[in-house]
Amino acid sequence: MAGLAAKFGSGAMTNSVAEIETAKALLVIGSNTTENHPIIALRMKEAVRKGAKLIVADPRKIPLTKFATLWLRHKPGTDSVLLNAMMNVILAEGLEDKNFINERTEGFAEFADSLKEFTPEMAEPITGVPAEDIRKAARIYAEAENAGIYYAMGITQHVMGTNNVHAVGNLAMLTGNLGKPGAGVNPLRGQNNVQGACDMGSLPNVYPGYQKVDSPEVQKKFEAAWGKPLSSKIGLPASLMTEAMIEGKLKGMYIFGENPALSDPNTHHAVKGFESLEFLVVQDIFNTETTDLADVVLPSASFAEKTGTFTCSERRIQKVRPAIASPGEAREDLAVISEIYQRLNGEAVTVPDPEAVFAEVASLWPGISGVSYERLEEESLQWPCPSADHPGTPYLFKEMFPREGGKAQFTVVPRVISSELPDTEYPYLLTTGRELFHYHTGTMTRRSTGLDAVAPTAFIEINPADALKLGIADGDQVNVSSRRGTIKLPTRVSEIVPPEVVFIPFHYKEASANKLTSDALDPICKIMEAKVCAVRIEK
Amino acid sequence: MITLTIDNKTVEVVKGSTVLEAAKKLKIDIPTLCYDSRMKPHGACRLCIVEIEGMRRPVTSCTTPAEQGMAVTTTSAHLERLRKTTVELLLSDHPNDCMVCIRAGSCTLQELAYKYGIRENRFGGAMRDHNRVDENPFIMREQNKCVLCGLCVRVCEEVQGVSAIGYAGRGFEAKICSPFEHDLNCEFCGQCVSVCPTGALSAKMWAGHPRHEGVELTETTCTYCGCGCNITLHSLGNEITRVSSRTDNHNRGWLCVKGRFGYEFINSEDRLTTPLIRREKGGALEPASWEEAISLVVDKFSAIKEKHGADALGGLASARCTNEENYMFQKLFRSAIGTNNVDHCARY
Ligand code: SF4
Ligand code: SF4
Ligand code: SF4
Repeated sequence: MAGLAAKFGSGAMTNSVAEIETAKALLVIGSNTTENHPIIALRMKEAVRKGAKLIVADPRKIPLTKFATLWLRHKPGTDSVLLNAMMNVILAEGLEDKNFINERTEGFAEFADSLKEFTPEMAEPITGVPAEDIRKAARIYAEAENAGIYYAMGITQHVMGTNNVHAVGNLAMLTGNLGKPGAGVNPLRGQNNVQGACDMGSLPNVYPGYQKVDSPEVQKKFEAAWGKPLSSKIGLPASLMTEAMIEGKLKGMYIFGENPALSDPNTHHAVKGFESLEFLVVQDIFNTETTDLADVVLPSASFAEKTGTFTCSERRIQKVRPAIASPGEAREDLAVISEIYQRLNGEAVTVPDPEAVFAEVASLWPGISGVSYERLEEESLQWPCPSADHPGTPYLFKEMFPREGGKAQFTVVPRVISSELPDTEYPYLLTTGRELFHYHTGTMTRRSTGLDAVAPTAFIEINPADALKLGIADGDQVNVSSRRGTIKLPTRVSEIVPPEVVFIPFHYKEASANKLTSDALDPICKIMEAKVCAVRIEK
Repeated sequence: MITLTIDNKTVEVVKGSTVLEAAKKLKIDIPTLCYDSRMKPHGACRLCIVEIEGMRRPVTSCTTPAEQGMAVTTTSAHLERLRKTTVELLLSDHPNDCMVCIRAGSCTLQELAYKYGIRENRFGGAMRDHNRVDENPFIMREQNKCVLCGLCVRVCEEVQGVSAIGYAGRGFEAKICSPFEHDLNCEFCGQCVSVCPTGALSAKMWAGHPRHEGVELTETTCTYCGCGCNITLHSLGNEITRVSSRTDNHNRGWLCVKGRFGYEFINSEDRLTTPLIRREKGGALEPASWEEAISLVVDKFSAIKEKHGADALGGLASARCTNEENYMFQKLFRSAIGTNNVDHCARY
């Protein structure tokens, strides 16, 4: 997120899902779209049927490769080198959009200079992608009238995630693929309301609507609205909280609707953090690995029992409506949070009205001031939507970028490598991800009998060549160890992964891949390196 | 643009439109079984036949391009007779099962039988027996109720891109199945179930719940991934009995396996139903009242803030919960507690 916001002034998906089918070329990188964003993948398949060229860059033979014009099987963690090499080709062959670069961007000269060393021949041994394929990919993407880039956690959950995001942004800028339909830079959000959680200011450095906590004017505005003095000190990001708990700087935590004791990379460490706390409150619909550590557990309502809004990947705000009553004494999160808020403030406790809460946000964030429950009854709206008669914005940056000066910023992306690469002791590169039939830590999907029946156990995907070397047959139980821990699970011998790379889905608590992964942090946006780490496999 | 008349009404459509699309624009109802505007026309059921001036025989309107100056008739005694015969033929080897059929009340074939008043069948004869048990966990297949409209095969290929099912056999023995009639092993998106016009395809999870009586429908948004699909929850009392999706929304009625079939967690026995408190460190979580639980939270937060300052408290919000809840949560931390230590777990 930090990456895109710095370049464009906004970190959301620039374009819309429906536009995908009008794109002439698509570059999908670090996103197993078919399994993680199935309905967005349908649009991609439709685009291909309509003649669009699809480039898939992924170490794994993900289902989308079946529809690809070109599949680049780069080594995990080499995304930015691959992208830089594509841009080197674009400049070498004069395929860049000179008008766009001149009129709508800044920082080009220095950036162009930085690409010189990234020739396809230099990138080939690093990425494992033949130089000729890099050239082909560059031409397909740059020659298309409009081309969209789609990515997900596959490129962001790395030590160099921010660099990767800068690189995809640079690529779109270089070819003028911004501010028009069916193009853009499109981060696909993993969970239903990641976009909304960010929009609402569930981030340590910004208030709702990305208004900075360390800006004095912004602080004044929110102090006036909320009637309390506020802190101008940027807060701790989630990834630094564990350390702060262990060090005793954080004494009390309140977690709602999340299960970080299982989902955090390097879960041992996370659990240790929660155990060091003086007081932990967890609010959820189920008992989880995190409620196990809590001092107080508060039962929530599920989405089927509440009123509110979700904002999906394409910035679309949509209504959530209650169909049934909650079981037992479970209560809506909003009511619980609001009661704690009021009691801490010494105010009388009242029942909150979601519509009034939404209106309050709309009054503080101009980007959605035209959105109201009344309008959402009839339609869903994509922000920015600044006035009541504004139709919403399917794609961003048509006229300008919301940065000072109105231009997008090229960013030099140096060569960085993963903090942990295979060596003789831990010779395999582990990548983790989701599978179609489960979601996150499985608390919901594993309670659905059908889903659990088709995908009942964790597994490790391993290439047949490696299986042969290790004397392992399909279905054998193996121990997988990293510098942080060991888990035991059955193998799935499969060509889906290339040699020397293995894959484990992270939904299963009995074989939690996050016991193995690393919590090394991206220095800029503080995302942990959940994607890549080195492991050893033993029978 | 092209101008034509249908049932003496003039309509203008873009070039490339079909006669059926033009009729839809005039809100003229032409019966169909194998048509779905989200897929390529198929022309198999022959119910959408119309008469066009200058053509000797009725033609299928779903596959006939609209042309400038065309004069189309959608209803005549002759057309209705042909349509009725088509339906009678379909019903001739169809089980008379509406009473206990999961699709009754939302079945296109049943509606057609009703429309044409078909009770006794002129063509009674041999019945097909294609039913076999398919052990897959999601999709119930009752092939005896299949009308070979091909919608499921087309949606699986054209929309889902999976091609898990296809045609086998010919003529009377023709049927739709997976390769070698193995149990279905696919993405289980349920797109095929959603387009089936009869009871041939349904969800196993629907069985045992009322079809319509007492069922309420609620339009809402899927809780799983960032695609944000619009879904319709079917509920009876406090139980979710089905999930469907309307074809006129941004996901066009398509869902994935999680959105369509992953709703059992809502009514799971494991749901937390009462606040729990660990009354002593290392002890067990014990049930408590809301008053006791919230008082404890408020007291503890106040005490920690008093002793160590506001920055000794932190919160993790949820990328799964609503905007309103997230807003309130960060407001609680920023304004009532006084710290910016608030984040959510998943940045992407
Ligand atoms: S498929 Fe339709 S016509 Fe056939 S038994 Fe079921 S409801 Fe009746
Ligand atoms: S559930 Fe989906 S993938 Fe499976 S047969 Fe039906 S349409 Fe095809
Ligand atoms: S139905 Fe599937 S694709 Fe659609 S929002 Fe839900 S999880 Fe995502």
